[in-house]
Amino acid sequence: MAFDRSERPRLPTAIKILIAGGFGAGKTTLVGAVSETRPLRTEEVLTDRGIGVDDVSSVEGKRTTTVAMDFGRITLSTDYVLYLFGTPGQERFWFVWDELAEGSLGAVILADTRRLADCFPSVDYFERRGTPFVVAVNCFEGSPTFEVAEVRLALQLNPSIPIILCDARKRDSSREVLIALVKHSAKLRAEPVAP
Amino acid sequence: MNTPGGVTDGPTDEHWIDPEIIRPYVVTRGRTQPAHGRFDLISMALAVGPLPGPDAGLDPEHLSILRLCREPKSVAEIAAHLDLPAGTIRVLLGDLFDRKLVSAQEPQSEVDMRDVNMYRAVLDGLRSL
Repeated sequence: MAFDRSERPRLPTAIKILIAGGFGAGKTTLVGAVSETRPLRTEEVLTDRGIGVDDVSSVEGKRTTTVAMDFGRITLSTDYVLYLFGTPGQERFWFVWDELAEGSLGAVILADTRRLADCFPSVDYFERRGTPFVVAVNCFEGSPTFEVAEVRLALQLNPSIPIILCDARKRDSSREVLIALVKHSAKLRAEPVAP
Repeated sequence: MNTPGGVTDGPTDEHWIDPEIIRPYVVTRGRTQPAHGRFDLISMALAVGPLPGPDAGLDPEHLSILRLCREPKSVAEIAAHLDLPAGTIRVLLGDLFDRKLVSAQEPQSEVDMRDVNMYRAVLDGLRSL
């Protein structure tokens, strides 16, 4: 950057990573394992037509839904703060995903080997949207052990998409998942700087 | 007219509005859009200058935001800490931004996702956790 950093206000730029996957796959667990505080929850109030919080002119007579998103924060440096957002589970909240996916660095799709099919919608969504993603297989105790190749086959994943075995309860393991995503996203999107 | 307290769960309860839904709009006096600017869920805000006194005409929620934002905080974090929807926080932040009581920083944009230096900084930060 050309300008003097010391002149800038002390305000970091935020980056977000989405943590997706089926219900109970361990999204909030992973967020809590790597974040600097316990997971926080933010809520958007939506009407049953999915109009969102911006239109209350005819709220009467409509059912309202609160979409809750769990998230965590990692302060990376004085310049960057990373936010991890657990995506709302239900597919009827796709429009919330759109807002979350916009400008994101990428997504981690958590897979539970007991219910691998639960992550199909997430895989489809991020493939369609062109958002870089990795698949992290959360290895619960007592869950069936899969080979990475089997998971790749079951999810019909392109060989270029990283699959990582992890334990979402463990900080180091969850951190490795994030590092794998950042490397993958950089490979797809970063442009080398002219010397 | 709505009749608070008229709780039924049949199909005839169309006049019932949950107080949890009302509170956010009372706090913003019915406004649903910030006066200026567009605050993303992860736009960062930082309080500028000393906390205004009681005669500044600010609501308690405004002051709560200013107290929280002595360190940089995102819209999502402010919403979580004050237990209000993010949309409400956007409106209140707009007021504070107008009065130059907060500075704000937009998040890394989709275009900036090509910045190799950003990836390096994120990787360095994660590795040193």
